[in-house]
Amino acid sequence: MKKQKKHEILYFALRNNKVRFGFTIILFFLLLTFVGPLLTHYAPYDYVNPKGAQPPSAKHWFGTTMFGQDVFTQFVHGLRATFLVGAIGGALGTFIGIVIGFTAGYRGGIIDEILNMITNIVLVIPTLAILLIIAAYLTVRGILVESLFIGCTAWPWAARAIRAQTFSLRARDFVDLARLSGMKDWRIIFSEIAPNMMSYLLLVFILQFGGAILIAATLDFIGLGPTNAVSLGLMMNNAVLWGALLLGVWWWFIPPGLAITAIVGALYVTNVGLDEVFNPKLREM
Amino acid sequence: MSRYFGRKLLVYSLTFFLAVTIDWMIPRFMPGDPVQTMLSRGMLHAEGLEVMYGYYTKAFGLDVPVWKQYLNFWNALFHGDFGTSVYLFPQPVIKVIMRAVPYDILLLLPAILLSWFAGNKFGALAARSRWLDNTVSPLGYILTATPYMWLGILLSWVFAIVLDIFPIAGAYSFAMTPHLSWAFVGSVLKHWFLPFVSLFLVKFGGWAIGMRNMIIYELEADYSHYLEALGAPRRLVRKYAFRNAILPQITGLSLDLGVIVAGALVTEVVFSYPGIGYLILQAIQNQDYFLIQGCFLFIIMGVLLANFAIDIAYVIVDPRTRLGMVGEGA
Repeated sequence: MKKQKKHEILYFALRNNKVRFGFTIILFFLLLTFVGPLLTHYAPYDYVNPKGAQPPSAKHWFGTTMFGQDVFTQFVHGLRATFLVGAIGGALGTFIGIVIGFTAGYRGGIIDEILNMITNIVLVIPTLAILLIIAAYLTVRGILVESLFIGCTAWPWAARAIRAQTFSLRARDFVDLARLSGMKDWRIIFSEIAPNMMSYLLLVFILQFGGAILIAATLDFIGLGPTNAVSLGLMMNNAVLWGALLLGVWWWFIPPGLAITAIVGALYVTNVGLDEVFNPKLREM
Repeated sequence: MSRYFGRKLLVYSLTFFLAVTIDWMIPRFMPGDPVQTMLSRGMLHAEGLEVMYGYYTKAFGLDVPVWKQYLNFWNALFHGDFGTSVYLFPQPVIKVIMRAVPYDILLLLPAILLSWFAGNKFGALAARSRWLDNTVSPLGYILTATPYMWLGILLSWVFAIVLDIFPIAGAYSFAMTPHLSWAFVGSVLKHWFLPFVSLFLVKFGGWAIGMRNMIIYELEADYSHYLEALGAPRRLVRKYAFRNAILPQITGLSLDLGVIVAGALVTEVVFSYPGIGYLILQAIQNQDYFLIQGCFLFIIMGVLLANFAIDIAYVIVDPRTRLGMVGEGA
């Protein structure tokens, strides 16, 4: 019975154009992160072209920067940073959101009040401002640290959404029944409530993934990104800093932004498509 | 209603308290000696170093007990004392920030409000026309996924460099000094346009999609079907749907302020627009921690004030909050 349902979801997912479209793009970039570094024999910050900035050619597919660095190499390594930040930051944000959302929504009462208050506070504070001030004081920053910070500040709206869902599920008969049978609270949450929200949690994760990528790009762009790695935001930062705009070195700043837009856009579209797959009401037949 | 505002005010004052505490805590409890780090990075003469070290130790108040440092910090804050900028020494931070704030207001207020109105309008229209839906929705998804700075970079490259219609940097022509004349206002507007458009476009996409989905949801609600069954004109049903769908959009606006502010920061960086965002970039590059902290507090205060304004708007739009029934945003 359960297996059949899985097949059904997979069937609808594969037939949904939005899911297919979004998934193809994400898969393409994901593949590029793994294959890309094998296609270049430079390191991201190697000075490989003594002539400086040159447009795309057979030797340097995306051209070279003002310092003669290979843009394609930076690009594929930056993609990896982007996916890492999205995955770690998104997962952490979703996890914290789940813990707080479930606890607040299931327990209710005073615990709910307190957690709700905390959520609202973190929600109001501009995340970037906090990250900015923390990052400014850290002298060495890695991608991991960056994603941890992003995850720790991006959870509030996930917590809010999950809390609302839990709240409505808590009042259902099957949860009451589980409670009457003397089941422990955390078991009710994980075996009765969570399975009914799996699709919802997946959607939350996808949105957090995309959000983390955008926040990371912003941080990198103001110069507070990783100090020991290359990222797409950092590429744009360098391009603007070294006058790529004035000199018309478009191959330096177009690829990173385009990749971020494509990945995040694809995530959003996949999200909408999956929503249709999980909610039969929304399906266009 | 007083309960609604009471809760909101409690959250805001707690937020402000927390923000100030963070602002106070981070330089003190981060690994390393901030004074030392700051000075070792700044390019100063030996004797200047001595003076600066003394100044900063005193300014951070590191010689008194921790609890007293904290109280002193609040005290200074209420006197408008945010410290002195290193990068623009010896100007006080508050003065530097005050110079930047008008540009932020000039840029943010129209961008936020206009994108919100236009996005809602187009989103609502898209929900009722298949043709518009097929163009506005994909465009909306692309726009919301675009990083602010990239759109800014693209716009400035195309319109300021390639086509050379708009200026690339600054808030007014470098050849002018601020004064009241048509030429100056024209120059300000010309410099203002590209950053504004780039902020506007990204936000527009998000609002349009949100509104479209909300309207479709509302039109499926029982009250809409009931109205239709009664034979109400389509226009009336749409109107009710719109009034209900606008509420989450108002809440969304207050939730989104932080993101918009972040977007404004990087947009200002791209266009060298002398608002707080550009100031922060320079503060970071010059390791001017007092300036960074001052900007941080200013952003928080701005966002809190804007949130409060939105709360008031919510009460005006949603009669339920006025009657003491708890509304969406409570």
